Amino acid sequence: MAKTHVTMKVNGAEVEGLVEPRTLLVHFIRENLQLTGTHVGCETTHCGACTVDLDGMSVKSCTVFAVQANGSEIITVEGMANPDGTLSALQEGFRMMHGLQCGFCTPGMIMRAHRLLQENSSPTEQDIRMGMSGNLCRCTGYQNIVRAIQYAAAKLNNVEFKEAAE
Amino acid sequence: MNDMTPTREQRTAALEGMGCKRKRVEDIRFTQGRGNYVDDVKLPGMLHGDFVRSPHAHARVKSINAEEALKVPGVLAVITAETLKTVNLAWMPTLAGDVQMVLADGKVLFQNQEVAFVVATDRYAADDGINKVEVEYEPLPPLVDPFKAMDHNAPVLREDLDGKTTGAHGPRKHHNHIFEWTVGDKDLTDAAFRKAEVTIKEMISYHRTHPSPLETCQCVCSFDKVKGELTIWGTFQAPHVIRTVVSLIAKLPEQKIHVIAPDIGGGFGNKVGAYPGYICAAVASIVTGKPVKWVEDRIENLTATSFARDYHMTTEIAATKEGKVTGLRVHVLADHGAFDACADPSKWPAGFFNIVTGSYDFPTAHLSVDGVYTNKAPGGVAYRCSFRVTEAAYCIERAMDILAQKLGMDPAELRLKNFIKPEQFPYHSALGWEYDSGDYHTAMRKMMETTDYAALRKEQTEKREAFRRGETREIMGLGVSFFTEIVGAGPSKNCDILGIAMFDSCEIRMHPTGAGIARMGTKSQGQGHETTWAQIIATEIGIPADNIQVEEGNTDTAPYGLGTYGSRSTPVAGAAIAMAARKIKAKAQMIAAYKLEVHEDDLEFDIDGFRVKGLPEKFMSMKDICWAAYNSVPPGMEPGLEAVSYYDPPNMTYPFGAYLCVMDIDVDTGVYKVRRFYALDDCGTRINPMIIEGQVHGGLTEAFAIAMGQEIRYDDTGNVVTGSFMDFFMPTAVETPHWETDFTVTPSPHHPIGAKGVGESPNVGGVPAFSNAVNDAFSFLGSTHIQMPHDFWRNWQAAKNLGAVA
Repeated sequence: MAKTHVTMKVNGAEVEGLVEPRTLLVHFIRENLQLTGTHVGCETTHCGACTVDLDGMSVKSCTVFAVQANGSEIITVEGMANPDGTLSALQEGFRMMHGLQCGFCTPGMIMRAHRLLQENSSPTEQDIRMGMSGNLCRCTGYQNIVRAIQYAAAKLNNVEFKEAAE
Repeated sequence: MNDMTPTREQRTAALEGMGCKRKRVEDIRFTQGRGNYVDDVKLPGMLHGDFVRSPHAHARVKSINAEEALKVPGVLAVITAETLKTVNLAWMPTLAGDVQMVLADGKVLFQNQEVAFVVATDRYAADDGINKVEVEYEPLPPLVDPFKAMDHNAPVLREDLDGKTTGAHGPRKHHNHIFEWTVGDKDLTDAAFRKAEVTIKEMISYHRTHPSPLETCQCVCSFDKVKGELTIWGTFQAPHVIRTVVSLIAKLPEQKIHVIAPDIGGGFGNKVGAYPGYICAAVASIVTGKPVKWVEDRIENLTATSFARDYHMTTEIAATKEGKVTGLRVHVLADHGAFDACADPSKWPAGFFNIVTGSYDFPTAHLSVDGVYTNKAPGGVAYRCSFRVTEAAYCIERAMDILAQKLGMDPAELRLKNFIKPEQFPYHSALGWEYDSGDYHTAMRKMMETTDYAALRKEQTEKREAFRRGETREIMGLGVSFFTEIVGAGPSKNCDILGIAMFDSCEIRMHPTGAGIARMGTKSQGQGHETTWAQIIATEIGIPADNIQVEEGNTDTAPYGLGTYGSRSTPVAGAAIAMAARKIKAKAQMIAAYKLEVHEDDLEFDIDGFRVKGLPEKFMSMKDICWAAYNSVPPGMEPGLEAVSYYDPPNMTYPFGAYLCVMDIDVDTGVYKVRRFYALDDCGTRINPMIIEGQVHGGLTEAFAIAMGQEIRYDDTGNVVTGSFMDFFMPTAVETPHWETDFTVTPSPHHPIGAKGVGESPNVGGVPAFSNAVNDAFSFLGSTHIQMPHDFWRNWQAAKNLGAVA
């Protein structure tokens, strides 16, 4: 099948590649770029394990073609740590609040939460639950994911972390 | 002591040992996308395999034509049953003593059954090849309803078993019958029912569902023709068992098979068994000489790779009119699908379903289970539970509520009246188990006090009156569940898989600088073993958990173990860790005695080293002992500091808990709201409370999903109608309730550290709590039992059937 040349900026670096028109963005990221943190859990846009940030929007990269992302700017979980290599506020929140277990949904959760906090820097528990509803987790029951995001929001806002009211 | 000397508390805290909410070491890589899951494995020249699958539930395969497929660019091979027959692998043994087609051999027996395996240069080309394989089918009548499986005119599903009147578990009564399993004293039980003042009888179904971990089943097989060695990276909950199975069925020497289970994205029982994809990828690698990857998609996972439950339990309880239970009689119709691929210990065709007497002192009980074949996916696996324990807990917990309703008693009161008393432990149940320990009354009362159960009942009474007066359209249900699990399979006297006793193992090697590595026969799929196993070692030998690396999943380096499922890791491997650590400690004591120039009996262990009794200043830290182990051991002693333990548990462990679900249901829409969910768990000694709480949250969420909608449903033609996450209920953060957790601690008396296991308790106890809440809500309208799953539509239908909705 004829291939198309694509270029994008991924985690701050210019990348390029030859892809078939049908190549999914998630496969371009995982197999061409070797960034395997972005996962595939369902192929039907339900689970959100493949969530990446594309031009300032959360997208599920299993239902975007690589050619559609031509010329775009993408952030994946590999681009989320602080520049000095330490865990970002969100990554730290997930660890401190036990917001992950098997870790398979975690990259998608972190990418979605990253965009959620850009859209709303002080979300309520309901805002978080609604904002994260495109991402499935089978291990945690979400309660600690909510706390993880609240932890990160507090840290980014420089305020004391208070657990959600029950 | 000067100010710089750490206190005992500081020294203990520095270890991050048992009881501490240690943050997980795994999270550093997982939060950065640096995990290494099977699909992340990429080898030079690697090919991809994918399946042609059957659209029919039951059909004869007339022909398979791969000619056009082989012309597709990138397609290298199409493997069929005929190919597999040349290496005697067209069929494979199941863990339950049955055999299963790897690829369709003459006919297909369930929708999406594997028919041919297309091998290509990448996953897209493999898919192109699949579309070009021509399969000619002759449809046969499908058998979907297990209750019709043993009709005299039911279609013959398993032609390979023609004329076989005996299966792996005794006589077969019918061509679609697999086994009958009976336990207990029938005569005594029948007598109890004849004498009973009160009896109940209900057919309680636990519908078919699926564990669906977020990462599907997958593998990479690489055969090195020169060395004759096969390496398999796979999503395996039990890597050593997989190695042995591959050796036995592929006739490869076991030392030439290397099985590696890297990071696993959840298992929940789905990744215990061996699936056709593994066999086909291995054969494809042998045929092509290249590594072959197989990754199933979600639809394949839900429709073909196992299932859970599908138990139909006719349940009877005999009791006095005061509410004392006198007998239990249960018959189960077990739907195993096309092949009995149940992942149970070999001698247990219905798992440990004979825990069905639950937490209650039944003087007598009788159980019989009939397994049958249908045109559905093969299984079933233990979805986040010990083998068939969640079915048993649901059965007895629902039945106790039905009895309470008949007696006009409060369900909690009925349970308190019938609990096994603390002084009765170790308790011998009527169906043959020896419960190691328990204090059920304390747990139940703590639940009732914390939730103010009495006030909730009062509110319910008021709401019912208001409903009757037409002032509200909302009904309220209280779902009480008190479960006893049986986990930690298990003692070699009654548990094996393919003849291998279900022990588990740990090897600890301490390095000179006071660090070490522990290798295990278990395999974490999210349980956090790398964190918690190090905590056990830290407390046992006084080396900080941060200095202990935990490694699992590589059969070349890890000692043989039976893997992680059925909540067996802590009860079995957790014990092996403690025992291996104690061997390290015993040798360390001899070294310390030599270095401190005293007799070893004069030493006492003190947090992180040995101290001479009565001489507090004469102390040698474990760190220093590690160094000494490599340069100045006592004369005659071998240098080094390492130990291996293979632990065969003397008994199972019996975690228990008291759960309460408070639910409101709108009768006009069927929409429910879980107002409150309280879960008290007693898992014995608590290794890491943070991880326990996380496990409980996750298990409750899975229980919520199952009870309230998650189902693998078939239509009359055997077509799966819940085959993707569009239709198969997976709760999001929005639907999932808030969880309240609590605990009591009743250590296991036979376990070295008193731990019992917890990961599966919330699923086992959670499902009856939700279902009892729904049933309790509707009970005042005249219903005794409404089948799961309780989705909005079914709730609305129940309300309609009961006359609450016009």
